[in-house]
Amino acid sequence: MNELRRGLLGRGAALLCLPVLGALPAAARAQGGKPIRIGLSIAQTGPLGAAGKSGLLALQIWRDDVNAAGGLLGRPVELVVYDDQSNAALTPGIYTKLLDVDKVDLLIAPYSTNLTAPLMPLVKQRDRLLIGNFALDANAQIRHDKYFNIQPWGSPREACAPFFMLARKLGAKSAAILAADAEYAQNIAGAARALLPEYGLQSVYDQNYPPNTVDFSSIVRTIRAKKPDVVFVASYPADSTAIMRSVSEIGIGDSVKLFGGGMVGLQYATLLESLGSMLNGVVNYHTWVPEKSMDFPGVREFVVRYQARAKQANVDPLGFYVPPFDYAIGQLLAQAVAATKSLDHAVLATYIRDNEIKTIVGGIRYAPGGEWLAPRIVYVQFQGIADKNLDQFRSPGKQVIVAPDAFKTGEVRPFSQLRQSN
Amino acid sequence: MPLELLVEAILAGVLLGGFYAAVSVGLSVAFGLIDVPHIAHPAFLVLGAFGAYLLGGYGIDPLLAGVLLTPVFFLAGLALYRFYHAVFERRGSDAGLRGLAFFFGVAFIVEVALILAFGVDQRMVEAPYIGRSIALGEMRVPIRMLVAFGVALLLTGGLAVYLSRTFTGRAIKAVAQDQTALALMGADPVRIKQWAFGIATGTCALSGALLIIIGPVEPGLGRLYIGRTFCVVVLAGLGSMPGTLTAGVILGVAESVVLTSLGASWAPAVAFGLLLLVLAVRPTGLFGR
Repeated sequence: MNELRRGLLGRGAALLCLPVLGALPAAARAQGGKPIRIGLSIAQTGPLGAAGKSGLLALQIWRDDVNAAGGLLGRPVELVVYDDQSNAALTPGIYTKLLDVDKVDLLIAPYSTNLTAPLMPLVKQRDRLLIGNFALDANAQIRHDKYFNIQPWGSPREACAPFFMLARKLGAKSAAILAADAEYAQNIAGAARALLPEYGLQSVYDQNYPPNTVDFSSIVRTIRAKKPDVVFVASYPADSTAIMRSVSEIGIGDSVKLFGGGMVGLQYATLLESLGSMLNGVVNYHTWVPEKSMDFPGVREFVVRYQARAKQANVDPLGFYVPPFDYAIGQLLAQAVAATKSLDHAVLATYIRDNEIKTIVGGIRYAPGGEWLAPRIVYVQFQGIADKNLDQFRSPGKQVIVAPDAFKTGEVRPFSQLRQSN
Repeated sequence: MPLELLVEAILAGVLLGGFYAAVSVGLSVAFGLIDVPHIAHPAFLVLGAFGAYLLGGYGIDPLLAGVLLTPVFFLAGLALYRFYHAVFERRGSDAGLRGLAFFFGVAFIVEVALILAFGVDQRMVEAPYIGRSIALGEMRVPIRMLVAFGVALLLTGGLAVYLSRTFTGRAIKAVAQDQTALALMGADPVRIKQWAFGIATGTCALSGALLIIIGPVEPGLGRLYIGRTFCVVVLAGLGSMPGTLTAGVILGVAESVVLTSLGASWAPAVAFGLLLLVLAVRPTGLFGR
């Protein structure tokens, strides 16, 4: 059963929860015993709501699958979910309630770095197992030994190194960095700054912008005046859209060979459809795209099932970015619980640390910090994108994987060249 | 900073300032003239933006959609004020935090209604002037920003003329100064305030259309505009239409020049520092009496 409850400031979530509140599914009710309760907060409103809603749908699909198959340890699985409203200030309070009032058995972290970071001291202090949900480097300072991130990034350095390898391949000599003044963007921009000298790049522009910036025309003009070869951007969905629009209107200059990097939002269906041809040439990170090299067992079947339910649930109709990995969170917990026949957090953490986890996004082994031992972030280049056509993104060849080599499905082409042919 | 870049930054700032003025003009009427703590103003802007998005689905230009929705918003404003008056003002319980809490509640209801209707995804509209620019020598100016500035001029100019040249407009200014005196002149202050609130809400349809023309919107976007719109209204001098345009342009230019020269992180600090400085010298704002 899914139990979506009110957040601390309740309001939006109170109404949002109405359609999904209800009794336990019949199959789960038939199982004996008290439900295993898995608690999490995940944005259903605010700027991260789009990704949060698609992620929650994936977890609900996993819950339905596991309950239909008899549950875990013979008990039904129940999700206890709160809307954190994309507000980092709310997550410590929500997780305290999950632990002390709801008394959940297992914990999944909120979606995104910004919302996970303030939660880490609490989880470390209470010594609980926490599965990270797209949090970049959230455990770097705390070093909690029971934290495991589902996002395939590794460290920020490992996450953005493929981008700068592409810069080297294109013969770039100078770089501009533009980053939002928030946790994720600062983590990855910090790594990008550190990598510039290693890849022979001279920094010609390096700025952070406040999260409520309305118009990026002035910033784009300034970057253009610096004539960089590479522009690395770490931004959030609304900013990513506004930046792409300004680049399209103002122009970023013919010097730019590589543009993109860490732009959140350029994975969401609504933005892909709206931006259309403005995306051509951009090279940006992704977690999964429908290219041949990403055919992990079960992932395409999951995407088909997700897309069928997404339409009804009015969430991201593609579901490439977060949903397969959130489904994998469920698989990770299920494998650990089934193998150890335990809900003890120390036992589960030891199992996850020592064993390969089989998921629809491939096998996962964890490094000591709780990140993937072999990071598998991919960089895709938008090529041949037309306007007003969401279906084009369902086919291979539109988001071509250009790095790393192990998953490459095409060659990177200079940004300015693809913009001119746009 | 090269002169060419400075000129571009100032021009961009003037256009951005026009947009800030356009989204603040309704609040200038509601908060500046009739003392209603209309914290839900940005939520109505977002509602206007989604209205433009909805009509855009039928091929209607977002600006035209804003114009078409203005009477609907005006009527909604009349009804909302009547409710606010009956529940709070008439009972004398509108003072302090209670009136503010009411409009906070309204803002939340609007936001949640939008989430239920449209989901939480960001929405954009298409129009011939979005995503394109015109060249002025070496400069390229986004057409959508020119549109926003033009609408700001029309809104502030039109309202300034209305408030100073028409009987109802002058009555709205009078109710801001002395309700009792206005009542003695034979006008009903409640009806005048209701009319003014209707105008304030009506402008949200057109300003909201600008919001979605300038960038993508999602139901919670209004929260980001609470500080900025109140800043413009207070800097302007409560209720002044020319002041609203001037204050918007000052904030826009300050933000744009700082973004270009000092760096993006400094932009909000400089803009709000400017507000503090102006209020220290002129506590009534730039055009306040």
